[in-house]
Amino acid sequence: MPDPPKRVALFVTCLTDQFYPRIGVAVTKILEHFGCTVDFPRAQTCCGQPFFNNGFHPEARALAERMVPIFASYDYVVTPSGSCCAMVREQYHELFAGDAKWEKPTHDLAVRTYEFVEFLDKVLKVDFAQFKLPQPHNVTYHYTCHLRGIGIKDQGVRLLRQIGNVQFKPMEKTDQCCGFGGTFAVKYPAISGAIVQDKVSCIAASGADTLICNDAGCTMNIAGMCHRGGMDVTVKHIAELMADAMGIDVGGW
Amino acid sequence: MPVDRNTEQFLEEAQATPFDFHEISVKAAGDERLKTAVSANTQRQYDGRVSRMLDLPDPDGLRDLAGRIKQHTLDHLDYYLDQLKSAVEANGGRVHFAADGAAARRIITDIATQAKCRGVIKSKSMASEEIELAHHLERAGLDLVETDLGEFIIQISHDKPSHLVAPIIHKDRASIARLFADYFHTPYTDDPSALTRQARTFLRDKFRRADLGITGGNFLIAQTGQVCVVENEGNARQSITTPRVLVSLVGIEKLIPRLADLAVMLKLLARSSTGQPMTIYTSIFGGPRQPGEKDGPEQFHLVLLDNGRSEILADPQYRETLRCIRCGACLNACPVYRKIGGHAYGSVYPGPIGALITPLFQGLGKFQDLPQASSLCGACYEACPVKINIPKHLVNLRRDIVKGKLNGWMERLVYRLWARGLRSPMVYRMIVGLQKFDLRRRAAGTGWVHRLPRVAAGWTQVRDMPAPASRTFRQLWKDRP
Repeated sequence: MPDPPKRVALFVTCLTDQFYPRIGVAVTKILEHFGCTVDFPRAQTCCGQPFFNNGFHPEARALAERMVPIFASYDYVVTPSGSCCAMVREQYHELFAGDAKWEKPTHDLAVRTYEFVEFLDKVLKVDFAQFKLPQPHNVTYHYTCHLRGIGIKDQGVRLLRQIGNVQFKPMEKTDQCCGFGGTFAVKYPAISGAIVQDKVSCIAASGADTLICNDAGCTMNIAGMCHRGGMDVTVKHIAELMADAMGIDVGGW
Repeated sequence: MPVDRNTEQFLEEAQATPFDFHEISVKAAGDERLKTAVSANTQRQYDGRVSRMLDLPDPDGLRDLAGRIKQHTLDHLDYYLDQLKSAVEANGGRVHFAADGAAARRIITDIATQAKCRGVIKSKSMASEEIELAHHLERAGLDLVETDLGEFIIQISHDKPSHLVAPIIHKDRASIARLFADYFHTPYTDDPSALTRQARTFLRDKFRRADLGITGGNFLIAQTGQVCVVENEGNARQSITTPRVLVSLVGIEKLIPRLADLAVMLKLLARSSTGQPMTIYTSIFGGPRQPGEKDGPEQFHLVLLDNGRSEILADPQYRETLRCIRCGACLNACPVYRKIGGHAYGSVYPGPIGALITPLFQGLGKFQDLPQASSLCGACYEACPVKINIPKHLVNLRRDIVKGKLNGWMERLVYRLWARGLRSPMVYRMIVGLQKFDLRRRAAGTGWVHRLPRVAAGWTQVRDMPAPASRTFRQLWKDRP
């Protein structure tokens, strides 16, 4: 008897929703390809991360209290952004610490929430070597910071390198922050700018034509800097790269 | 060296200027020479730490243990301080508790006066920088020289250290060469061996003549009443063994229970700092010269510095920040520190740990930019040998800023309205719709916005902004068959 299909709720994140909807489409179609039923609970808005990070904890908690029941009835919650995943998995515990009524539902949600690559690797146990890009590409990888918060080290790179026609070009300082940090990039532009300039220099030095970056915030930051500097690099989420390899159209259904 | 007019002026200016993080950090981030020096040196130390930690069979487990040792000690600091005092006194040493910097300076000046000391050799101590001890002793008429080469360079250039472990990380070879030529009245050379030899000759004369040695302390061992000092140059050793009076100035949080605990810490300290398995010299000392011993001072004084530490200790949330062993690993890992260097933090403790303890020691009002000027990337937490959760505390300080109304009322209002709006999917869609309309209009079909409205102009000051997609994912989902 085959396993019943895994019921997955897509937690798309506000930045992906507005700026990179094709990542949401790619994630949905890829998960369906591997036998999941994917739902998008429309009541979702924001996990509260910008408010938590900026010290507005009651406001963050109010948003977290909305989030928990929205995703309660699914086997898994999958998100294409490591930082939002970390918010639900780690910071929600802090927000609800000591609150007997919320501790169990929060813990329940945390153990069912996965970052996209993590889900493919740990739960679906997908073999990435079965994919092959239509054309060879020089590809490099940015280690998005919040993967630290959810205990992911080099899985992203390892899996990326398994894909056929990926000519992997390692980047120096791949695990150095890109300088996004949410409102940090707006409030401290000189510092943030110096940091993202460093990242872009490392990308250029790697010789890659494609950067894999699995967080919408980092992508906006890095791609925005590349564009300002006239650099010709395509920045993609790994879901988009996989969609290329699987012949999936991410423009629509 | 009696203090000269240059130093006096420098100190006065430093006191008088209100701390403007924005101004200093912008200047630092644009200083290519500084960025190059700091980036290269921090990267080297960072890479060193990463490699050397792999020598250990279970680096994460060891960091965990080290963190727990420090936390335990902090949780029972009164007990261990008592034990330390008894042990030091049993060895023939004296313990002085200094409530603040002024008390510590007075205690040490009195020791020097009573013992009729004239020449002071001092090894590296961040606690002494914290209380500006050297300047105070110079003003009291003592001939004081910093014997750590980096600190010596800082002293003669009237500068301040910019890193916990590598004080002159912000300087380059040419400026040091120029400094030596001017100071020693010798021909200019930038050969590192020649410069080091010059300093060595100068310092060895000071070692011979000094009657007061002042050290810091990396660790205090409660069980044995000893101080542990680690170093690469051997100057601390000179300060410990040669002068007839020895003073060690150490923060109360440096305490650990036993020598066995020291073994854990020593496995981690140099590895985390510079990527060395151990420093060249490790000294464990305490008490004056014992009968039958050939070396050692006549008097040993341990000055324990509080200066705000017990207030932090009393706060169960922030107590963890006192675990710090001043290794500098967080500085080396930090993308912000790598770009702006240490002086931009405006206090003796820079980098991620400084962003925590400087506001805690000196007030969040004056230093509220420090916890905010972080992307919360977590590299510091990953690097910390005693597992201080620095990002969590940076967020806690931000929460304190909001609760204390230290940020602008407009900012608080905007965040609260925004958060309220997000509680309704309909309002969320409205905000998103308005934003999409405005940004796509600004992008004028190119897909990129070059100038954002004033509230977000910081973004487009340095980079472009992608325009939102023509349809949101939410809207696309509605089309699903």
